[in-house]
Amino acid sequence: MSLPDNSRASRVLSVERLSIDISHEHETQRVVDDLSFQLHAGQTLCIAGESGSGKSLSSLAIMGLLPKVARLPSGAILYQDRDLTELSDRQMSRLRGRDIAMIFQEPMTSLNPLMSVGQQLEETIRRHKLDEGSGAKRRAWEILDAVRVPHVEKRLKQYPHELSGGMRQRVMIAMAMVCRPKVLIADEPTTALDVTIQAQILELMRELQQAFDTALLMITHDMGVVAEMADDVVVMNQGVVEEQASARELFLQPKSPYTRKLLAAVPRLGAAVTLPSRAQAARVLEVSDLRVRFPIRRQSPFAPATEVCAVEGVSFELGAGETLGLVGESGCGKSTTGKALMNMLTYSGSVKLDGRELSGLQGKALKAVRRDIQMIFQDPFSALNPRKTVGELIAEPLLVHGLANAAQRRQRVEELLLQVDLPAAAALRYPHQFSGGQRQRICIARALALEPRVIIADEPVSALDVSVQAQVLELMKSLQDRMGLSYLFISHDMAVVEQVCHRVAVMYCGQIVEIGSCQQVLHNPQHAYTQRLLSAVPMPDIDHKRDFKALLQVDEVPDPIKPRGHRLPDIHYAEPQAGHFVALSSA
Amino acid sequence: MAWYVTKRLFYAVLILLGVTFITYFLMYLIPADPARQIAGRSATVEVVANIRHQLGLDLPFYQQYLRYLGNLLQGDLGRSYVQRSQVSDLMAARIGPTLQLMAAGIGVELVIGITLGIVAAIKRNSALDRMLMAFSFIGVSSPHFIAAMLALYFFAVKLGWFPLGGYGGIEHLLLPAITLGVLGSGWYSRMVRSSMIDVLHQDFIRTARAKGLTRVRVLLRHVLPNAIIPVIPMIGIDIGIFMSGLVVVESVFGWPGIGQLAWQAIQQVDIPIIVGVTTLSAVAIVVGNLIADIAVLFVDPRIDVKHS
Repeated sequence: MSLPDNSRASRVLSVERLSIDISHEHETQRVVDDLSFQLHAGQTLCIAGESGSGKSLSSLAIMGLLPKVARLPSGAILYQDRDLTELSDRQMSRLRGRDIAMIFQEPMTSLNPLMSVGQQLEETIRRHKLDEGSGAKRRAWEILDAVRVPHVEKRLKQYPHELSGGMRQRVMIAMAMVCRPKVLIADEPTTALDVTIQAQILELMRELQQAFDTALLMITHDMGVVAEMADDVVVMNQGVVEEQASARELFLQPKSPYTRKLLAAVPRLGAAVTLPSRAQAARVLEVSDLRVRFPIRRQSPFAPATEVCAVEGVSFELGAGETLGLVGESGCGKSTTGKALMNMLTYSGSVKLDGRELSGLQGKALKAVRRDIQMIFQDPFSALNPRKTVGELIAEPLLVHGLANAAQRRQRVEELLLQVDLPAAAALRYPHQFSGGQRQRICIARALALEPRVIIADEPVSALDVSVQAQVLELMKSLQDRMGLSYLFISHDMAVVEQVCHRVAVMYCGQIVEIGSCQQVLHNPQHAYTQRLLSAVPMPDIDHKRDFKALLQVDEVPDPIKPRGHRLPDIHYAEPQAGHFVALSSA
Repeated sequence: MAWYVTKRLFYAVLILLGVTFITYFLMYLIPADPARQIAGRSATVEVVANIRHQLGLDLPFYQQYLRYLGNLLQGDLGRSYVQRSQVSDLMAARIGPTLQLMAAGIGVELVIGITLGIVAAIKRNSALDRMLMAFSFIGVSSPHFIAAMLALYFFAVKLGWFPLGGYGGIEHLLLPAITLGVLGSGWYSRMVRSSMIDVLHQDFIRTARAKGLTRVRVLLRHVLPNAIIPVIPMIGIDIGIFMSGLVVVESVFGWPGIGQLAWQAIQQVDIPIIVGVTTLSAVAIVVGNLIADIAVLFVDPRIDVKHS
């Protein structure tokens, strides 16, 4: 450790040469090897690493919540002169939640669906004898207020499913902080959240940490979050500590080659080279006034008919060989737009492919068009049928469209696999034998099988580790150069969009609020929402810590549920620069 | 909520209409002739024809059925061919004991099923788990008439712990109720086990442990309520299966309930009683399911009637 010795006084918890083994049947696998670090009051230590690095297991070991198959062959976790690894479960349970608290990644599933928020908060308060009766109620109120939840009184009575992801994560933080723990462990606390919500949660954790002088152990894969939050960093890879340093040192002078590779792979907003404009290219896809509405079933025949306005008056064009980024936060309608273009749901408005109208196509005509528009999905683990071989999966589109006989298909699969940099022998294997990045390559090969003009990529790299992400993006770019493909690149990640897109459209509440070249939209944002979105992106740059305080206020998103047939006012766009359109009034 | 219940009641009426039609149609199709059954072996053709005419059995099927429906709407289930009294009176006299046995039987079923399910889930993949699951499997797969007679033989005849069947106090109720309960508990124990294991792996259980709650508290306050939810609609469905067991068990134990009435009526081709009991069972199943579905609404805040 490079920490100075005088920090011993503030040391709260230290992990000493900890190893974790996982046993399957008779084999034992070492998943964490010889991990040591110290946590200091009021300081933040980040454990960064890609999936499979053992970072989450290390945090569970501190909580004494390791799964049954895990063993601790060596090492100690010292807290207040006690070794936590030697405590019984009863003794541990007294510390958990009171001295050492934890926040998890999935706010959507981390709260008991059958208990109200108030009940769950009070449960912790009562367990650790903080207060009883009306006192417990008051404390629950206070802590929820401290995490800036609006309408506390109402929220206490609500159930988790009635809250948004960000609100649930605030409740989780409130529950963890209510006993003012000495140590707070946050395992990917913002990974499942939108960037603006992420910024709010990070800011909130910083504030509470300062107020309560808590030692924060943060587990994350996002180097942007690390730069934003960490005082010290441990970089882990495959269970081994690659580097341990102060955050400044790590970002400015990374020592280990792995850290350098990791930092190089992280997309940085503002660092991408500007791609040449494709404004002169022929228009492949023209979308005008696209609307998608989902009717809501009526509660009774007397209730007014309502519908969700998912996409409202979206218009854009996509040129040959061009990539248009569609960015926005969850629920803004970007994926729905993608599905509508695939004719997977009913929409109104016009979608033209090479001047041919797609709206209203059915049966054979629709099937023929599908050859020209293909899709890649977010989760490569569930997008491939586990019971088919890779060869069958890639050949399936050819089979469905009756384009080739068995021998031709085999040959085509081989070509496609080589195009996405996979060995031809992969055709005989099954999806589970491949890693996430390889599976996404398989998905791309499948999408390419019909030689489409347009590929709709719905968050194609969100589920991948950064190093793999970079490779897949590189592949997509080179395929575009070779084949003149057009991509509609749906993503929430601004830095990724900047890397691969020629133009960007920002969606908010079903409408495009700003569209233009990458340069125009990301470097000179005009619409208030775009500005807000960009200010929330954490930068993997230690000298650019952002101040998220301005974002902490919760905004009310307009309700997308409208009476059936309701017509929203048309959006008018200003054009401050050629090709850069900014909505004058938002939804 | 009111609209939801109204809608469900409307469907219930449709289901009942279907059930009466199918039962009546099946009774019409079976080769046994009730008129001959009533008249006896030595009756002449004229006598049989006369009885048939009296009962309206010579009418075409749709007329018979419509007549039956018309009477049903007025609460008249017809007269028993054999016992020569109103079917509704016969059933009314026996509904009390049957409800008693049903409540006790389902109670035992749930207590045994849920307890075994919890134990098996906690000790999953152990010898105890395998033993309990084998037990539940034997339970659900043993035929009621053999199991009921064995229970009667061992616990009443050999050991003398219980009276030899019949209706009376709690001591009469216990053995048939336990027999029904043990036999039916297998469904519940398997369901509770798998549902518990499911819930044990949920993220919010980890949260509950991270809050520092004791194992017992996590189990009772967080795991069990979530694991029980799928069991509630199961009770509604189970009423149907339970009724079929009831017919056999009541007959073996001489319990003067609806089941025994049905058993006797089937042997005598007493169509009005058979149709009456079937209709009543259908009502019980429909009402049971309705109650179960409404009960779930109160247990699970996530189910929103507005969007279902």
